[in-house]
Amino acid sequence: MDNKSNFNFTFYLLIVPVLLWLILTIVIPHIELFISSFLVEDDMGDMVFSFDNYIEFFSQQIYWLTFIKTAAYSIGVTLLAFVIAFPVAFYLSKVTTKKNAGFLMLLLLIPLWVGELVTVYGWMVLLGDHGVINHFLITLGIIEEPLNMLYTNFSMVIGLLYMSMLFMVIPVMSTLQSLDDSLIEAACDLGASKWVIFTKIIIPYSMPGITSGAIIVFMLVIGDYLAPNLLGGKNSLWFTEQIYNAFLSTFNWNEGAAFGFLLLLLSSGIIWIALKLSGQKLEKVGS
Amino acid sequence: MIRSLPSSNLYRLAYRLYIFLFFTFLLMPLIAISILAFNDSNFISLPWNGFIFDWFFSTTDERQGLFADEELIASIYTSISTGFFVALISTLVGTLAALLFEEEQFRLKGLLYFLALAPLVIPGVILGISILLTATAAGNHIEDNFGVDIELFRPSYWLVVLGQFSFAATYVMLLVSARLKKFDRTLEEAALSLKATRLQAIWYVTIPFLRPAIIGAFVVAFILSFSNINTTIFLIGSDPTLPIDLYSRIRFSSTPVLNAVSFLIVLTISVMAITNFFANRSNK
Amino acid sequence: MDKILEIQNLSKHFDDFTAVKNVDFSVEEGGFFSILGSSGCGKTTLLRIIAGFQQESEGDVIIRGQSMKGIPPEKRPVNIVFQNLALFPMMNVRENIAFGLKRQKLNKTDINFKINEMLERVGLKGFEKKKVTDLSGGQRQRVAIARSLVMNPSILLLDEPLGALDRKLREHMKVELKLLQKEIGTTFVYITHDQSEALVMSDLVAVMHNGQFEQIDTPRNLYKNPKTSFVAGFVGDTNRFELQSASADTIITRGGWKLKLPDLTSRPEVLYIRPEALILNPDNHMDGVDQFDVTIKTILFDGSNTKLSTVVNESHEELLISLPQNAQFEGISEGSSLKVGIHRNDLKCF
Repeated sequence: MDNKSNFNFTFYLLIVPVLLWLILTIVIPHIELFISSFLVEDDMGDMVFSFDNYIEFFSQQIYWLTFIKTAAYSIGVTLLAFVIAFPVAFYLSKVTTKKNAGFLMLLLLIPLWVGELVTVYGWMVLLGDHGVINHFLITLGIIEEPLNMLYTNFSMVIGLLYMSMLFMVIPVMSTLQSLDDSLIEAACDLGASKWVIFTKIIIPYSMPGITSGAIIVFMLVIGDYLAPNLLGGKNSLWFTEQIYNAFLSTFNWNEGAAFGFLLLLLSSGIIWIALKLSGQKLEKVGS
Repeated sequence: MIRSLPSSNLYRLAYRLYIFLFFTFLLMPLIAISILAFNDSNFISLPWNGFIFDWFFSTTDERQGLFADEELIASIYTSISTGFFVALISTLVGTLAALLFEEEQFRLKGLLYFLALAPLVIPGVILGISILLTATAAGNHIEDNFGVDIELFRPSYWLVVLGQFSFAATYVMLLVSARLKKFDRTLEEAALSLKATRLQAIWYVTIPFLRPAIIGAFVVAFILSFSNINTTIFLIGSDPTLPIDLYSRIRFSSTPVLNAVSFLIVLTISVMAITNFFANRSNK
Repeated sequence: MDKILEIQNLSKHFDDFTAVKNVDFSVEEGGFFSILGSSGCGKTTLLRIIAGFQQESEGDVIIRGQSMKGIPPEKRPVNIVFQNLALFPMMNVRENIAFGLKRQKLNKTDINFKINEMLERVGLKGFEKKKVTDLSGGQRQRVAIARSLVMNPSILLLDEPLGALDRKLREHMKVELKLLQKEIGTTFVYITHDQSEALVMSDLVAVMHNGQFEQIDTPRNLYKNPKTSFVAGFVGDTNRFELQSASADTIITRGGWKLKLPDLTSRPEVLYIRPEALILNPDNHMDGVDQFDVTIKTILFDGSNTKLSTVVNESHEELLISLPQNAQFEGISEGSSLKVGIHRNDLKCF
């Protein structure tokens, strides 16, 4: 009996703080978000139920165009991040020595921990009309007039890639580390070319890592604000910017809530499809 | 391909070149801002006019250095103290969550675990606005019914702490869980068979085993808080954190003092990373 | 018989040590050749050099008269069965076996025919669609071997493939592998640290130690007539005695046990006696047999492998003696004294 009550005490000690965390900061706020998105202020100043916030979204072209563009760019950046990061992850886990890999990992992690704002600022300094890159190109006589790189879709994509691709490298690296070299050797021994080894052995094996990486990258990109806002041009509208505007400029919180809910639907929808297509589980993404 | 398979020189050369370019791409922005923090110029650009420390120590109106800028110092202080509390609370709750999900069996565990992972797939913006909406609604409700205005329910220091905690705890949980998965459960059972209570077993056996992960998670939570902007921007009250302050300066009034701050952040992080790297190596 | 594999004076140096030192041997077509050695002796390196996964520092690998210098693994007429089997976890049994055939761009009918034939041969018919992760240890073994054999290699290299199996299954697979090899006639080069595997299956066994071959011989000769001290100590159970001195016809162990051994040419340092070479209660007039007394400390019962742990009365040194499980010796009990004989030919000195 004594033991049993002890056991329960420990269990409650563990579960109560966790429940408080999840209910107070995750569950209730999202219910509130959902409810708020269906409220509008009527003429009397009271809040009433309405679909107006959502109707507004679909009737204003700029909103749903931005929405679609954000989704398309996010998918594109995720694919690019995979193409760029995979060879790096493979190099770190399979090609170079352990010692080198350790040092390079260190270099990889520094930009990650420095934070997005500083690195976005760094790209502004590099890409600006009077920036470092233009300065070098002009000094070297390669160009005469500065290239217009900052405040374009190009600079925005660079910023989005930069802050997200490391999250592709790390999970892919950790699955590749568990790939036994003898699998690759066996395939080679059976006469497979590099391409076949890559497509039939390495990619299928690292699929769990690729899925985790892709989901995290996609999430970071679709929910990002700094890179589109600071690096993107006038035409590089991002859907998060609409939410910021609703909350911080026009103070139409309910419309902002509707936008937020739509963004949540979009991101979870695409992730759900990605999980289904690759046959993975969300529980695995965390690890 | 891998070390044991022969490959052509061209292939290896091209691969190394690619890796070199990747790391150049990675480090270029950090190097550029760091160098420009010391350039003798009022603009954040080349050409190089000479090496100065003005943007750290100068006190003139034209060049107000980082340490003379009270606003900036105040925001650094706010960020550090916010980071400390966020790290403290999320390390505590995240560790409890890791123990709960790894060691206990209960109904609705799957659902709860899903919720605990949710912050990974919820954009930070949405966490920010939903917590803002909820806090405001609760604050208004209390004010209407009881006539008291509670600061926690307005955009404020503690609301920022709460907002950042909501996702930092998930990262702590994952880091501690990863270590807990390597824990030999028979050690805990051995403690129980030696008549320790379950709580004692966790405290004297499990927690010491988890200590490196818990310390690491604390640091991670601190850094997550220190660099966060997406969630924080909605919850901020009268005292901006460093990223919020920097963000508004970047948008409205750039001076090389921004580089000075960035350089200090890069330096601190690099020192931490290198220390950690050599500590790990000497442990082996 | 033709020589299918010739290794000529092969060496492999790493930064600070030499893994393989001047190894020289050849294997005949259709043979079962084993390389026996403890871990770290260089046998895996040697096998990986033959397969092409590592480059030799000196010497050459010649297969069917053709030097393998500069030929990558996928172009060599050998296939390897890895220690951990290296089955592709994302493919089922059939896809694993088909993997190499598909790379050869054979047509579908041929591939199907070969796979079915191989599945039947290794007794995996009906398991085609199973995931390799769902198979038992022995089945995984067969898939790995089938996957390599279906490529019809000149030589099949096997890197301790039975290591991961439990004892019973290992005993079974030993026999199965030997029969399979006899049936298909492919040359096998097999490396192992388990002497029983090497002795049971092989036509020829090479004992490897510190990167060098100590002796290449038939299993029987290896056991009966070891050529070096290492082989005598490594292959089979044995009693080992350090010698302190020897005169022209007598050797004396460190503990002071004297044994007659005429015609010594050099001064030996170690003596090996196999437990089963000792004769219990010998007749008094056996030719060439030395007799002495031992005291029985304990009986180590292990079925047909039962041994007596005894002490030689003359020197108090320990001596293991095989105890046949027949009625003749049922009366033997612990603590009693026993007369034992040993033939001079069974005293192996080095």
